[in-house]
Amino acid sequence: MQIIFDKVNYIYSGGTAFARHAIKDISFSINKGEFIGLIGHTGSGKSTLIQHMNGLIKATNGHIYFNGQDIYEKNYDLRKLRSKVGLVFQYPEHQLFETTVFKDVVFGPTNLGLDKLECELRAYEALKMVGIGDDLLDASPFELSGGQKRRVAIAGVLAMKPEVLILDEPTAGLDPRGRDDILEKIAELHRDSGLTIILVTHSMEDIANYADRLFVMNRGELVMQDTAKVVFSHYKELEQMHLAAPQVTYVMNVLKDKGYRVNTDATTIDEAKEEILKLLQY
Amino acid sequence: MIRDITIGQYYPSDSILHRLDPRVKLIGTFLFIVSLFLFDSLYGYIAVAVFLVTIIKLSKVPFRFIAKGMKAIVVLMLFMAFFNLFFTPGNTIFQIWIIKITDNGLRQAIFMGIRLIFLILGSSLMTFTTTPNQLTDGLEKIMKPLNRIKVPVHEISMMMSIALRFIPILLEETDKIMKAQMARGADFESGGVLKRAKSLIPLLVPLFVSAFRRANDLAMAMEARCYRGGDGRTKMKPLRYQNRDYLAYTCVLAYFAIVIALGILENRLF
Amino acid sequence: MEMIKVKNLTFEYIRRDEEGNVESINKAIDNVNLDVKKGDFIAILGANGSGKSTLAKHINAILYPTDGGVWVNGMNTAEEKNLWEIRQTAGMVFQNPDNQIIATVVEEDVGFGPENLGVPTQEIWERVEKSLEAVGMLEFRNSSPNKLSGGQKQRVAIAGIMAMKPQCIVLDEPTAMLDPNGRKEVIATVRELNKKENVTVILITHHMDEVIYADKVFVMERGQVKMEGTPREIFTRVDEIKKYRLDAPQVTELAYELKKAGVNLPDGILTVEELIEAIKLIKK
Repeated sequence: MQIIFDKVNYIYSGGTAFARHAIKDISFSINKGEFIGLIGHTGSGKSTLIQHMNGLIKATNGHIYFNGQDIYEKNYDLRKLRSKVGLVFQYPEHQLFETTVFKDVVFGPTNLGLDKLECELRAYEALKMVGIGDDLLDASPFELSGGQKRRVAIAGVLAMKPEVLILDEPTAGLDPRGRDDILEKIAELHRDSGLTIILVTHSMEDIANYADRLFVMNRGELVMQDTAKVVFSHYKELEQMHLAAPQVTYVMNVLKDKGYRVNTDATTIDEAKEEILKLLQY
Repeated sequence: MIRDITIGQYYPSDSILHRLDPRVKLIGTFLFIVSLFLFDSLYGYIAVAVFLVTIIKLSKVPFRFIAKGMKAIVVLMLFMAFFNLFFTPGNTIFQIWIIKITDNGLRQAIFMGIRLIFLILGSSLMTFTTTPNQLTDGLEKIMKPLNRIKVPVHEISMMMSIALRFIPILLEETDKIMKAQMARGADFESGGVLKRAKSLIPLLVPLFVSAFRRANDLAMAMEARCYRGGDGRTKMKPLRYQNRDYLAYTCVLAYFAIVIALGILENRLF
Repeated sequence: MEMIKVKNLTFEYIRRDEEGNVESINKAIDNVNLDVKKGDFIAILGANGSGKSTLAKHINAILYPTDGGVWVNGMNTAEEKNLWEIRQTAGMVFQNPDNQIIATVVEEDVGFGPENLGVPTQEIWERVEKSLEAVGMLEFRNSSPNKLSGGQKQRVAIAGIMAMKPQCIVLDEPTAMLDPNGRKEVIATVRELNKKENVTVILITHHMDEVIYADKVFVMERGQVKMEGTPREIFTRVDEIKKYRLDAPQVTELAYELKKAGVNLPDGILTVEELIEAIKLIKK
């Protein structure tokens, strides 16, 4: 197991007089190469949780293990952890700062203290992985389109060659095609490079297509961790947490409620289509 | 971190102090600060303390909230106390090697410290009880006469209120960008001055880009809502003195008179 | 008379190099025609860079046509004397909720527009109260905008426009930065204003599920209007929509796929309920 959280708590106490229990008793483990979808409504603690994974936030109590090592142990190299657990924040294009696309992506590996050639090689590879062509390497990152900027920013993290890639709503603000492009790229990284992916998202329709398991956060607690099928079968509970299941899940469940004999665990369009065709005997 | 600083923040409540005209509070704060330097006796300190405690009570701002803001200036206070303590000439009361503490030094350190605390308490009480908009409205009105000598009073106050609105947003953004760069292995903490200054570039460039983008958006949004400078503008909350404001002026003036009287008396007595 | 009339509108961005020579000319809007009747709910769909925001900025006289013209309630936006009346008639809500709230207290922000218009103090208070009520944010009137959720902030921004008593609201991707709940809040608010206050609404978005209640949908690509019709007409052509870098609500797509597989469903199914009804009919 690659990442293990053991009863992790984080109590936030700044600014206001009231301490806030941002995440409560979180325990889980993630295997190498898994694709995890992390869902929960705004303020449920998702962002706080993922920042624990690369040590940006230190837990108030509890233990976190990465590749078998306790990251809170003395002498544990947190900067190295950050290169192994890559974290792409929401609207990552806002962190671009260099004069050219290529230089910006080199920033990460350079911070790891690698030699120049290696850094540039990694940057080049990373840009290839996200589909940025050679013609854009010398462009200013500020002149790119929204989708391109975002891919450059993701490359900036990939260039550190992480084993785990965490993305906080990587499709926010993009149009449908831009969204599909990014998701396809992430799926490809997962498939071809064997990266462990943790994807934070609000789009149930999207995550159902990709994730092996879904983690559901509510009020700082990890309330479900299971496959999309199982999680979405609890769609009524999800609604209580201000979440929803994909539209097709609703279609199947309403059909069943109306007395038709259908299997309700369809979570993607293809699955729902098969089920309905079966029902209509095509 | 940065967000823990409570100085300059507004604390929502409906106390009499919150409802006072901002001009009263501005002028009152000014007089209060002046008053701190007009006396040098125990009675003076007692008078100020009584005044302050009354005001704090009236403001309904919890003392804990105020105290938290004071933490931020502890360093400054220690610094001042240090200088007063060790570098004021007078009769030595305590000495180790070349370090000596004099009676005057001790007195100065304690009283200057208290004065500083009073000063910060008094002025932060103004910001706790006055929204930034009221504050700028008050300043705009007080400075209005300057309009005649071509000082763009309205523009300055609009700029100030917008700055106040965006400070928390930009602070949060700084925090976010810093974390994002740390996730890419950036190190803001170690190394010499030069290295540290250089390490700020990945933080400052995105921050400026973002600030300009916001400024641009905001300018457009303001124009879309028909903003065209101060001329012909009406006010939702125009400043008009009420009876309570006159009463407050009277209280402040009475306080001020007492402190001056104490100051004069002191000179005669001692 | 139409509320908004856009005729043969063309807008070019001219990029110049450092010496001021023309480097490139980019047609952001290319001969667009659009008529919006009073009280309509119009949606303009388009991918990023399709020119939909540029079009919106013309309605509020933030940008001026290179060619053709835009009329708001009969007033030509190119004439400077109309500027303030146009902006008051057609209010505009922008994408980023943080960057359009000016004041540090909700009610003061809503009062900002009327203050600029020179409305008497007493009436400003009445308008502020009414507008906040209309968007369901009255209880937050004394809050700081920083304490609100994204959806709430956008509702405050909408109230700020409503307080100027516009006849039309242009919303430029108001939900792009919001979570699903925030999006629902904002869209519900806009629909209600359209119905109850009879405000003409022009909603610019790339979220497909937000346009299904619109009276008419325009799909833009590369500065041109490529499709126009009722949501049902538009979503009958799923393949064409996808060509313009857009998609359809999941249930619409499911129905479309079923139809392709030979199931006899009606065209342009937009909601779960509609699909269920259609399946029930077949099973009978």
